[in-house]
Amino acid sequence: MKKYIHDFQIIANRRINTEYFVLSLANEKKLPEIKPGQFVQVRVDNAPNTFLRRPISVYDVNYEKNILYLLIQVVGEGTRTLSELKNGEKLNLIYPLGNSFSLPDSEKALLIGGGVGVAPLMFLGRWLTEQKKEPVFLLGFRNSELQVDIDRFRKLGEVYISTDDGGAGEKGLVTQHPVLHNDTLDISMVYACGPDVMMKAVALWAEKKNISCEASLENTMACGFGACLCCAQETVQGILLVCTDGPVFNTKELIWQI
Amino acid sequence: MADLRVCIGDLHFKNPVTAASGCFGYGKEYEDFIDLGKLGAVFVKGTTGSNRKGNPYPRMVETSSGMLNSVGFQNKGIDYFISDIYPGIKQYNTHIIVNVSGSTIEEYVMVAEKLNDLEKIPAIELNISCPNVKEGGMVFGTHCPSAIKVTTAVRKAYHKTLIVKLSPNVTSIYEFARAVEGAGADAVSLINTLLGMAIDAEKQKPVLATVTGGLSGPAIKPVALRMVWEVYNAVKIPVIGIGGIMNATDAIEFMLAGATAVQIGTANFINPRVTVEVIKGIEDYLVEKDITDVKDIIGALKIPG
Repeated sequence: MKKYIHDFQIIANRRINTEYFVLSLANEKKLPEIKPGQFVQVRVDNAPNTFLRRPISVYDVNYEKNILYLLIQVVGEGTRTLSELKNGEKLNLIYPLGNSFSLPDSEKALLIGGGVGVAPLMFLGRWLTEQKKEPVFLLGFRNSELQVDIDRFRKLGEVYISTDDGGAGEKGLVTQHPVLHNDTLDISMVYACGPDVMMKAVALWAEKKNISCEASLENTMACGFGACLCCAQETVQGILLVCTDGPVFNTKELIWQI
Repeated sequence: MADLRVCIGDLHFKNPVTAASGCFGYGKEYEDFIDLGKLGAVFVKGTTGSNRKGNPYPRMVETSSGMLNSVGFQNKGIDYFISDIYPGIKQYNTHIIVNVSGSTIEEYVMVAEKLNDLEKIPAIELNISCPNVKEGGMVFGTHCPSAIKVTTAVRKAYHKTLIVKLSPNVTSIYEFARAVEGAGADAVSLINTLLGMAIDAEKQKPVLATVTGGLSGPAIKPVALRMVWEVYNAVKIPVIGIGGIMNATDAIEFMLAGATAVQIGTANFINPRVTVEVIKGIEDYLVEKDITDVKDIIGALKIPG
């Protein structure tokens, strides 16, 4: 897929809670095809200690309105600067980057996200519904305050929640949620995006249940398009790059220290 | 229109702006963003005698105005380059220069010999300065007798333009420049990355899997400028300036310090169009200063007093 470098205009900066915000981006050019699981490299201007671009998953795309959405968590100076962007300000992106999630065989698929890892699951969920599939979401957050756009996820499919403190949904980790431990869930595919420990736990669960599992990794990278070789990932095929061979991998391919 | 052409030994560059090895893949990674034919040359990534998987992850960390990396020559070796990469890049309308890396003198010589036969590779850059491999690499670049030995051996084996890439991790870089000039180098390029490290105070652990890595980006530019200036004043062969160039002004500063050409590295990660923007910026500078030939700014630094 051809990659582009373009300035976008901020048309909305929607604060969700103390940590998360969604940027709506548009420009005069028609958006190219963007696939669920792909990411963009965002240049952060006016943040003196932020040198490299920040890789951000595509949260959603509205082709009719030509709008690209990014869900971002404030974790440092770079993302804080992005959170302060105002309507009309510009943001430079390199996009679309990376591979994408694949289509499940079964009618239903389980989408498991933790924290900001829920970002690619909105776009994936929308695509699955367009492919006449039924996404089931299992989303984990530290507490109820930090939940992200649950109503929007509900429009696409069933939603189960886990929080560390039990303030919303089930208390505990996503992998402890009862939905994973009843046998009524008829799925052939689980998608995971979140902290490494969560994705590894989901991969183990999937392996036991003989379900295919795709995980979206976020190894540290400098370029995002295969030049720096920094985001190396050990796989059964040898070293692969998260930016161009991923970010989505079938977890059977990954050599993880589980 | 100013004349942007420069010469490195017998090799003519259409302009002084080139892409640095290790930051530009094989060039094709940038084809969506720029016309590679506009560049003076492309230094493709470090190529060794055989397949190397590189260093473990994490390999990179952002630092103040720069980044540390410890990629460690991940490449599939010279034979793979010749059979699988070269056919795809030889049609580029720019010079493709291969960065030759190794752990032993025999390995450097073997890779250089194989590159003799590739018609569209007019030069090699001998990498005796990579801080990220256990054996060889920087060992040759930080011990003068070894630098002479490897340069002499490769000079004997390689018949086209030989550029030697110098390490900044030495006390007197100009001594190494003089030494490799004496051993037959046609040009020197500098600087490679500065050895550095990053620590995670919370975990009380190093950030990189290899503990140390190579620092690049604008953080190293003042060091690089000083070293280019020192080397320019010490040798007769052309100097290629490298180190934290982010824009045309940075590139011009290197040329004023004595660089005949420049390599742009880390900046490509942030702005994959930076090389062509720098060419345009140099041209604008020359026009504005009423200078008709870019060669007139090489070493044109005016030191008062």
